[in-house]
Parts: sequence; C-alpha cells; structure tokens
Amino acid sequence: MKPFRKGDGERSGLFTRRALLLAGVQGVLLSALAGRLYQLQVLETQRFSTLAEENRINLRLLPPSRGLIFDRTGQPLAVNRNNFRAMATSDRGRGADVLVERLDQILGLGATERNRLLRDLRRSRNAQPVVVRENLGWEEVARLEFNAPDLPGVFIDLGQSRDYPEGELMSHIIGYTGRVADEDLAGRDDPVLQLATMRFGKKGVERSLEDDLRGRAGAVQVEVNAVGRVVRELDRTEGQPGSNALLTIDLDLQRFAAEKMKEHQSGSVVVLDVVTGDVIAMASTPGFDPSTFARGITQGEWRELLDNPERPLHNKAIAGVYPPGSTYKMVTALAALESKAIDPWTRLPCLGFLELGNIKFHCWLKGGHGSTNVVEAIASSCDCFFYEAARRAGVDRISDMAVRLGFGRMSELGLPGESAGNQPTRAWKQEKVGKPWQHGDTFNLGIGQGYMTSTPLQLAIMTARIANGGYEVQPNLLLAKATPREELTPPPARAKPTAPSLRLNPQHLALIRDGMKDVVNTGHGTANHLRQRDPALMFAGKTGTAQVKRITERERDMGITQDQLPWHLRHHALFVCFGPVDNPRYACAVIVEHGQGGGKTAGPIGRDVLVETIKRDPSRRNDRFRKMASR
Amino acid sequence: MSSVALDAPAPVGFAEKIWRINWGFVLVLTAIAGVGVLALYSAAGGRFEPWAARHAVRYGAALGLMLVVALMHPKVWLALAWPIYIVSLLLLVAVDLIGKIGMGAQRWLVIGPMQLQPSEIAKVAVILVLARYYHGLRKEQAAQFLYTLPPLLVILVPVALVMVQPDLGTAMMVLMGGGAVLFVAGVRLWMFLAAGVAAVACLPIAWSLMHEYQRKRVLTFLDPDRDPLGAGYHITQSKIAIGSGGLFGKGFLKGTQSSLNFLPEKQTDFIFTTFVEEWGLVGACALLALFVLVLLWGFSIAFRSQHHFGRLLALGVTAMLFLYVFINTAMVMGLLPVVGVPLPLVSNGGTAMVSVMFACGLLIGVNVYRDAQLPRTR
Repeated sequence: MKPFRKGDGERSGLFTRRALLLAGVQGVLLSALAGRLYQLQVLETQRFSTLAEENRINLRLLPPSRGLIFDRTGQPLAVNRNNFRAMATSDRGRGADVLVERLDQILGLGATERNRLLRDLRRSRNAQPVVVRENLGWEEVARLEFNAPDLPGVFIDLGQSRDYPEGELMSHIIGYTGRVADEDLAGRDDPVLQLATMRFGKKGVERSLEDDLRGRAGAVQVEVNAVGRVVRELDRTEGQPGSNALLTIDLDLQRFAAEKMKEHQSGSVVVLDVVTGDVIAMASTPGFDPSTFARGITQGEWRELLDNPERPLHNKAIAGVYPPGSTYKMVTALAALESKAIDPWTRLPCLGFLELGNIKFHCWLKGGHGSTNVVEAIASSCDCFFYEAARRAGVDRISDMAVRLGFGRMSELGLPGESAGNQPTRAWKQEKVGKPWQHGDTFNLGIGQGYMTSTPLQLAIMTARIANGGYEVQPNLLLAKATPREELTPPPARAKPTAPSLRLNPQHLALIRDGMKDVVNTGHGTANHLRQRDPALMFAGKTGTAQVKRITERERDMGITQDQLPWHLRHHALFVCFGPVDNPRYACAVIVEHGQGGGKTAGPIGRDVLVETIKRDPSRRNDRFRKMASR
Repeated sequence: MSSVALDAPAPVGFAEKIWRINWGFVLVLTAIAGVGVLALYSAAGGRFEPWAARHAVRYGAALGLMLVVALMHPKVWLALAWPIYIVSLLLLVAVDLIGKIGMGAQRWLVIGPMQLQPSEIAKVAVILVLARYYHGLRKEQAAQFLYTLPPLLVILVPVALVMVQPDLGTAMMVLMGGGAVLFVAGVRLWMFLAAGVAAVACLPIAWSLMHEYQRKRVLTFLDPDRDPLGAGYHITQSKIAIGSGGLFGKGFLKGTQSSLNFLPEKQTDFIFTTFVEEWGLVGACALLALFVLVLLWGFSIAFRSQHHFGRLLALGVTAMLFLYVFINTAMVMGLLPVVGVPLPLVSNGGTAMVSVMFACGLLIGVNVYRDAQLPRTR
C-alpha cells in the first residue's frame, strides 16, 4: 500500500487552482443575479408597481355543470337548479369581523352561521371566495346589491345546486353530494376541487360516477381591483360539463316496489335483468331525504338518521347482511349435484329432525317430509334433505359453488358501501373463530344459517345466474353516459348473456329451476298461494326464513310463536324468484327485516314486483325512452 | 506495513470535534431557515399553518441529523458511498415505475406516511461516489480519458432516470454538480469542451424527449410574451411581484401579488418571489449574502482538508448548494426556464430540506476530520 500522502501535494495544487476558478465563475453568476434584481427592483420598479397595483389579472376557475342523471326511460333523477349565492373574499381575513357583522345585519345570519363564515374567511387560501349563503331569494339579492358599497369583497354568484326530484325514493341509489373533503382529493389533482362552491359525490351513483359527472373546469381571466372585486373580464375558456348518465333503473317500477315495501317497517327489494345484469329496481326502506344533504344537514337531523334502528342511511340492498336461510338451498343442491354427492334420483328421508351426536337438527315441518328427491326437497324446503346433501357435498364444495353464484364477495356494481357478506370456509372459521370446522357447521351452512350471511343483491345475483342458464352476470346500474344530451340513448336490447359461462351442467340447473317452479306452482310448494294462472306471468321462486335468534329447546317445547318476540328478535323473511318461468328474464330478491315468514310477508311483495316487472317488459323493450325536456 | 502512524497527528477527542464544528456556519444556516419560516408565514396569509410551523420543526429535526452526520468519520462515508448510490438508483427506478403522479411528473415515492423524492438523495449520492472514486486515483490517472468513463456513467445513469420522470431541474443539477467534481478532480479541459459540443448536438433529441409542458416552458422562457395568460403567466407574475417590491419592499405581510393568488407554487419554487416582494432589493441581497457566506465557508473547508476525499466532497456539496440557489433564483427572475428546483432551507418541502442538511453535515464533517488519514482504497 502506498503512503497516503504521496502525490497529494500536486493533486491538491490542481484542486486549488480549479476550485478557485469555479468560485470565480460562481461569483460572476451571483453578480448577474444581483444585477438582475437591481434591474427589476430599481430600474423597472415603476413599471412593475403599476402592473401590480392597477392591472391585477386574476385567473378564476369556472366550475363545470354537473352531469344529470336519468332513469332508463329518461325521467330525471338528479338535476341542477340555479342557485344565487352570496360569496365573500377577504384579504387574509382582515376586516372579516366587520364584514360578518354587516352581513348579519342584512341577512340575519345567526350565531352558528356567523362563526362558520368567520372561520371560512380566515382559512380561505389565496383570497378564494367563500360561501356566505346559498339559495338566495330575490329580496335578499336586492338587499345585498343595495348595500354593496358597505360590503367590500361580497358579490352575488350564480351557481348551481343539486336537486333530486324523486327524493327519498331514489335516495340510496343516487346518493348525494357534499363539500369536497380532504380524502376526496386523494389521487385527484383537479384544481376545480379547491373551489368553495364545488360539490363532490358522497354516496350512491353520485359517488361511483363522480369522475364522469364532474366535468372539466373552465377558466376566466379577470381584472380585479384592490379589494378583489372583478372590474372586467378579459378572457374566457369554457369548461366541459360533466357526462349525463342514464341508469338501468325503471323509475315507475322502482316506485311500485317501494310502495309494496311501505307496508313493512324495514326491508329491501332488488330486481335484476338476468340477461344483461341491469338493476331494474333496487329499493331499500326506509330511505332519507337527500335534499337535507343538498342544503346542508344539521347536527340534529344527522343524529336522528344515525340513531334510527331502521337505519335509513343504509342501502340494505347492498349493505344489509342477513343469513340467506332456505334461499341458500339451491346452492347446496347444485353443489351436491355437481359433485355427484347426490343424483337427480337420490331420495333422502326426513323424520322432522336429524341427529348428529347428541344434537338435534330440526326440520321446519315437525312431522317430517318423508322421502324426497332434490326437486321435491326444494319445493317443500325440506331441511333434513339439505342437512344430508350438505354433509355429503362437504363445506368446501358448497362454499366454492356459493362463490361462483356470487356470494362472499362484492359484485361489480360499483356503489360505495357494498358489503361482501360472509361465505364461511374451513380456513375462515379457523382464523376468525379460532376453532376447526364442525359437521354441525356444515349442516347449518346447508340451509343458509350459522356463519353464512349475504346481501339481497347477492341473492338476486344467485337467482339470476340460475335463471339465465349459468352465466356469470354482474349487476350493472349504468346504461349509458354521454356529455351532449342528444347522444344519451340506451344501448340496443340483448337476448343472450354476454357474461362468461359458469360451466354448470344444464340438466342440474334445470332441476333447480324445476324445484323453484314447484315452490310456487304445485300443491306441496311452500309458496303455492302466490301462483299465477296467466301462463305469461307464471314464475318460480324460493322462500326463506332466517333465524335472528336461536330457538332453544325450551321455547320449542313451550310453543312460543314469533309474534310473541320483540320486533328485533323475529325472523327475517326472504323470497327470491324469477320469471317468466319458461323463458326467464327477470330475477327478484326480497327481504323484509324481522318479517317472520318468507312465504307470508316477503313472498307477496316478490310476486307483485316480479309480475309488474314482467307486465312492463314490452314497454321497456319498445324503447319507451323519451327525449328529455331541457332542464 | 508502512510507518504512516509516525507523522500522523494525534487522534481528535470528542470535545475537540465539537469545537471544530463550524458553529458560525450553523448559525448562517439557521438564519436562512428563519427567512424560510418568515416567508412561509407570509405566504399562508399571516398564519403558521400549514407551512411555517412545519418548516421550523422540520429544520430542527434536520439540524439534529446534520450534527450527527458531521460527527461521523469520513471513512464511514467512504464505505457507504456506493451503497447509498445504489439505493438511490433503485429508488429512482421505483419512482419511475410506481411513483405517484404529482404536477404532471412522477417525483415522489410514498413510503408509509412520508413522501420521498429519490432525486434529492441522488444529488448527494453522486457527489459522494465521485469524491470516493477520485480519492483513489493518482493525478495522472485522473487526467486520463479511460479513467473518466466510470464517473461519467455514475453521473449519467441517475441523470437519465431523473430525465424520464421528467424533472429537468434536478437532472441539470446532478449533471452540473457532478461536472464540478470532475473539473476540480483534474479531468482534462478538452473533455469538458467536447461534452459541451456533444450537449449542443443532443439538444434536438432532448427536445423530442421533453413533455409538452416542458417545451412550453422553454419557449415561454425565450419569449415570455408569447403566451402571457398561459404558460408565460408564472414568469410574468413573478417578475411583476419582484419588480413591484422595489428597493425596500412592500413590508412584511403586505405583498399583494402572492396574497391575491397571482403566484403559483408560492410556498415552494416561488418562495423567493414571495419574500422579495415584501422585503425588496435589500431583503433579497441580505438573503443572497447569507447564501454567499455558506458558499465561502464551503470553499474554505474544501481548501483546508488534508485529504482528497474531503476536498472533493466539500467542493461537490458547495457546488450543489450553489446550483440550488442559482437555478431557483434565476428561474423566478426570468433568467432561466421554469424548472422545479427549490430554494434550499427556504422552500416548503421535506426531502429537499433533509438532503440539503445532510450535505451540510458532510461538509462540516470534512472540517471536523480535516486531518484524518484516509487510505487510498482501490
């Protein structure tokens, strides 16, 4: 190794020479900077001061007009209304106290509004205008204009606010908009979102289609005077209004379904087109009034909505999770058939209960169904048959089939707040419960109880996939979108599903459909009272009654009936159906929370809604779509 | 084994190390950061939120980091130079692949709660590696063309990665900062001339690689009145703000151009404008004088170092600081096209602050260990 200093002297010498040269260059460049500063700030300062004081050109964004939302027939669901609002700017919050005081005298703001306005004015960045009050009447506008000289920085702005003509009826699907929150900005650097008047989709379609509905901001170059008042407009670039959207919902049917649900406290109906996956109706009761959100909800109203046990803010069709009960038996049957655990001729006995070790698993029919095959078992909803079928197929095959039919995961609907429900598996139980899967769990799963939960939408998807011959249709809410309203037309009708096939044996699916047909159309079916005589309206279905609370042996012995239980402990009533029976086009799922009997409460709603859907089908095909009147 | 130890000075004790930290230099840095707090307070309309308070806290933390770095023996940096460089390259590749898109260019990498700008790390890493490389070469070797190829690669790889982000300002800084180290290390002058000619020849290619917004900026720089309401807006407004500040400025919190939102990015790249509008030529010269002090300190540390590594490192860091200040201020005055280079310790921004303070730590470290004996490895 060489001594470290050898040769360092000459290196150091060269370094010093060149470093000094570099320092010299830097000195020259920095002097140039100083020279430039002198030129700008001393020689030309007069010119620039004039520019700064007198010719203040400001760039203001023009919020785009939000896209409108229509139902599939062209009836408006979300529109924009002209909204005169008072805006205020203040120079970094200076003079804000005086300004707010005067505004209070003129408009009568009240204490909370005064505080909000003061806070907004102080927080406003870059002298961006803040909203004083929205939806001004003519008199208020006149008073503000009259007092304009005393109100520096206050101006009237013509904006738009959202209006929902159908109100509560469409509240869960359309959702509502609100002020832009910080989390809304994530991943979106659209400067228009910084505007105080901008609204952002918070729930429903307003949220899921936010980036389509919003549009692009325009900009206007304005000359402003010393207090920020616009003196004149110099240049204007128009923005692009948001896309208008045509939903798959049939508003008239939606209204019909909601009417039918009104008789019950709380529940949900979903109607799907089994070929296209179009969501024709999706009602969840009770709903809420979206206009309270549009005008700004008060604390009290918000608390009231949150505390309501019927959960009006909750879209039960996609976010409510319930044990599917007997409506799940089609899954068990298909899993057993597809895995050859049973065949179409297998007959299984039912004595009214099945024993596993020392636990009794009861059938809903006390005396038992005797011996049934799969079609009869579905028709009469024999629990024992499905305990045994589930045992033979095993939890893995049942869960696998359930996932293929749409359970246990979110659909591609895209609405915020959707729940995936829970499709239990061995691994799931080990992880979440900490215990291995038991035979008894398989029995419970076989009849859609126990750990199994699903949403009404998932039940409708399952029914649709069975009805359409095993195609993996996905629910869909958006029929078309386009910015110019003339181009907003529905796509041509389809007769065949374009979704991929689930590759299920067509004969097995036919057996399941036969069982569901017999539920409604034979004497031993559990929903025989719903039968339609008109062949065009004949449909198939399956009832379900989901336990909320375990029935103890003691209660069973005492013969306590559901009516004697408090509302929140009663069974949920479920019904799924599809029709017309020979050429299925629509699937419907109904759940009435704590409605006790699936056939009794949910069934009639399902029948009425499905029959109405089928009746209206020709009109839907014949392109009932109307060109919308402007605004 | 040679008898190196015989003429070596006695090892430096801890108290001596603390004494050797250039406390005057630290004071100047703190004064500059103070100007930053002042300017950010004003940019937020006379509020500590959202920038000024965080800036102060960030400076405090970075100051601690700087002192720790300053007390580390240069042999640590000799050993870590390549690893740091490799990591910074990997981060740059990562940011190109998955980086968050901000302002039309990918520059940030989000790791947990923090946003990392790998190009800031690359600036320091390149200087470290170059200093280490030339520390190991003899003078004759440094002058040979063949020995100039590896450092060229060391510079050009990160430059290319930064260019595709695309971040023209940082690419220029790495290129020129690295070039400065090469220059003082003794690379022949004709090679710089050749590089200059090659750069001019490559201009058309660079032009074709640029983003639309970058071309607009260059065209706008050449002729600001070409599009006064569009891309020229920034420069025009910045010049108005600076010019209207005059000799003594409009006074603290009284700047109108920035408060009425004429200035874009007023808390980051255009913070100098915000400051100068309110403090005038006097304030601008005072701030620039503080930076000149920093540079003078840097040069004096470089000259006093007994080892080549320290000399090159100190000079590289000084060159980098100069480039930051010059490119940023020349840009806001309309002397250079608008490229994203912050004003060190004044602009709002975390990674730049950390990398600048890290570099200053290295600089002070060179002074603390100016007589350390460093073997000429490889």
